[in-house]
Amino acid sequence: MHVFIEKENREIELKKACTGIELLKELKINPNTVLLMKNEEIVLADEMLPEDAKVTILSVISGG
Amino acid sequence: MQCNHCEEKAVYHELGRAYCKNHFLSYFEEKVEKTIKKYKLIEKNDHVCVATSGGKDSLAVLYTTMKYCRKHEIPFFALAIDEGIALYRDHTLEDLKKFCDQHDIPLQSVSFKEKFGKTLDEVQNHAITVLNKKPCTVCGIFRRTLLNRTAREIKATKLVTGHNLDDEAQTLLMNLLKGNMRHNAALGPLTGLSENEGFVPRVKPLYHISERETRLYCVLRGFEVNFHECPNIHLSFRAGVRDMLNELENKSPGAKHGMINAFLEILPDLKKKYREEKKFKYCKKCNDPCAGETCNACKQEEELCKEAK
Repeated sequence: MHVFIEKENREIELKKACTGIELLKELKINPNTVLLMKNEEIVLADEMLPEDAKVTILSVISGG
Repeated sequence: MQCNHCEEKAVYHELGRAYCKNHFLSYFEEKVEKTIKKYKLIEKNDHVCVATSGGKDSLAVLYTTMKYCRKHEIPFFALAIDEGIALYRDHTLEDLKKFCDQHDIPLQSVSFKEKFGKTLDEVQNHAITVLNKKPCTVCGIFRRTLLNRTAREIKATKLVTGHNLDDEAQTLLMNLLKGNMRHNAALGPLTGLSENEGFVPRVKPLYHISERETRLYCVLRGFEVNFHECPNIHLSFRAGVRDMLNELENKSPGAKHGMINAFLEILPDLKKKYREEKKFKYCKKCNDPCAGETCNACKQEEELCKEAK
């Protein structure tokens, strides 16, 4: 899974499938502070993210 | 998960509500309209100025206010302040100009440099090291003053800001932690304690909308909102309070809504209490209404813009 974390401007690769909730937990990201996109579409955090998915974690907090 | 109202897949699920894209957009816009009407934030005879920076909150409030004003034939324009924060504000202002062009929205902009003689970047070092002031404090005073002065000069009767539920909950808690209830009395969907012709009333149509909902709205509407974080944010008290509230919301969903709804119950009493004590003087330099002999912006301009090297 290719994951882009917007707030940190960081990309990571994960060799597994998991739900959005599991992914955020692993990355220690509070689900209230982000939105998840799977292959450019908004998805809920309980969605299964397959190993070949392109995931974007968008930050919802204000920039300033 | 399926949308509460149709068979489409939900893109939003919070506090028991699940909506697909179209039903979320309707929910958001109806909530903004309901807030405007409930608190009489914008009325028929108003001339509306929307304070905007190009970030997600201001684009969402600009777009929804635009829809409301056009529907009700109320004149409006956007106003941007350029504080002079390199690699941050220049990017968001660029996004804003594109947005205003696309939607045919009149845009005015003013800068700290033009009005106070220095950019925030130029005075920041002096503010921190000599005056022990955080850049966010300096920025807030100049920003609020320029928004009000410019809106007043253009004869606006309402100043719309993009403050949302999260902003309000953070400010409420920050003031509580500082023991400053007077400042909390000035909060609410219609900001301020006392009317004065020198102040353009500030209103917050996104008052009951969270920043998560605002970002989702921008994404689903296809607005280009690039994430640009202010380089000074880590120095602010707000950032710590924001993180604390988000942790609390994670453990107790609905905590921020609960906090704001409880606050709104006591707000009329708070306003009554502090309004009685409020008496205006006028700044000897700029003639803006203020509490002392000189307004905070003129004091700050004297301290910073004439001293900072």
